[in-house]
Amino acid sequence: MSVQAAGRLRIGVLALQGDFGAHAQMLRELGAHAVEVRVPADLQGLDGLVLPGGESTTMTLGIEREGLAEPLREFARTGAPVFGTCAGMIMLDREHLGVMDTRCRRNAFGRQVRSFESPLELPGIEGPPVRAVFIRAPWIEEAGEDVEILASVDGHPVAARQDNVLVIAFHPEIAGETRVHELFLAQVAQRSGV
Amino acid sequence: MRPGPQQAGATIQVMRDESTFRVKAGLAQMLKGGVIMDVVNAEQAEIAERAGAAAVMALERVPADIRRDGGVARMSDPVLIKGIQEAVTIPVMAKARIGHFAEAQVLEALEVDYIDESEVLTPADEDNHVDKWDFKVPFVCGATNLGEALRRIGEGAAMIRSKGEAGTGDIVEAVRHMRRIRSDIRKLTVCDDMELATAAKELQAPIDLVRGVARDGRLPVVLFCAGGIATPADAALMMQLGAEGVFVGSGIFKSDDPERRAAAIVEATTHYQDAERVARASEGLGGAMRSLETRKLDEQQLLANRGW
Repeated sequence: MSVQAAGRLRIGVLALQGDFGAHAQMLRELGAHAVEVRVPADLQGLDGLVLPGGESTTMTLGIEREGLAEPLREFARTGAPVFGTCAGMIMLDREHLGVMDTRCRRNAFGRQVRSFESPLELPGIEGPPVRAVFIRAPWIEEAGEDVEILASVDGHPVAARQDNVLVIAFHPEIAGETRVHELFLAQVAQRSGV
Repeated sequence: MRPGPQQAGATIQVMRDESTFRVKAGLAQMLKGGVIMDVVNAEQAEIAERAGAAAVMALERVPADIRRDGGVARMSDPVLIKGIQEAVTIPVMAKARIGHFAEAQVLEALEVDYIDESEVLTPADEDNHVDKWDFKVPFVCGATNLGEALRRIGEGAAMIRSKGEAGTGDIVEAVRHMRRIRSDIRKLTVCDDMELATAAKELQAPIDLVRGVARDGRLPVVLFCAGGIATPADAALMMQLGAEGVFVGSGIFKSDDPERRAAAIVEATTHYQDAERVARASEGLGGAMRSLETRKLDEQQLLANRGW
């Protein structure tokens, strides 16, 4: 996908709390137009949506306060690509927005002293493994039939896809790793016919 | 669970690097746009979490009480820290005295998520800060200017907060320190290489970090503000001045209605650019904490002067 093509794509980044700025910056560097989403009206005219890392409790309360739950579900139902990282992955599971047929375990790897980075192979990504940074990260505890597991750590799924929704438990956006975002943007571009 | 293409789902025994600087500084990235609230026990921690705090900070007494009661302020009792850790799922930070590496070791043994080497507690060492590279747990430290911030980062701090003047409810010092740090940064961005060497000398900061700040126009770690935030508008002010998130100490649990005020400050921190939202969040919160005008305090009552 050319940078020019990505430039026509409007990607929302949920900006209630967390590292939404790092996602927006990476999307801009890849040529997309990044839009911060804080209220339902911000979802209008978006081609794709990123749910960033942050504190899942804070984000859950923020989604409630802003009345964003149903608009976010509705957005995902249109088939537009949605990409959740870490807390974003939690937001999309059965016990939160219910967009994905998964149940996540929060802080699954433990407290901050157990946070780590490691190389990780992801299908669809060429070249060396992704530098995956896991920060008080969740994993997927349960997943339905339609969920495709893309990568695991110690037997626990940390990356998955279900139709238009891609989730990862780690943070490429703070490791200068652009390839997962490129993968997501390619999916958006394909759907938007760019 | 349908397996993916390349036998995915199989266990990958990953080589794992724990506690790299990226991992330490990364947690602060996840706290951005959030409010970190001082709590002294599990009950307060639960209130903070319910109100939307991104993390809580455990300490023995909130700064307003330290100011009122005097005496040596120390690390919190481990029993209270454990109680807080059991009560909430958000990150739990805790304060250690400046230079008191044994308190920091205790906090690491308790597996707190961040250690605040804090001027709010009584310093244990008047010359040296803790060597923070020695620890797996990341540190946040206070700063009143860029040189101080970079010295702390040079010692291994993975997050910086402007100091302000804790326990006063007076925002003036927080504003002074945040403006000072941001304007120090701006000045570096227009220096040439020779001038940067001189700037490093004047800032008393490591030259490599000074070069990095000049190149990026920002600190290499996340910058929050602290010390004096008492209202939603205070939070919105600091965010507009360039804070990436907010610490609130006495401002919440020394106010009339901690739960509502906490939620209101969280809301204002998210919507800091939207004055109508900040206005709505500010409505009917009851009384703010009992405040002290910093200008009327004696020199030796100032906490921001601690640390060097």
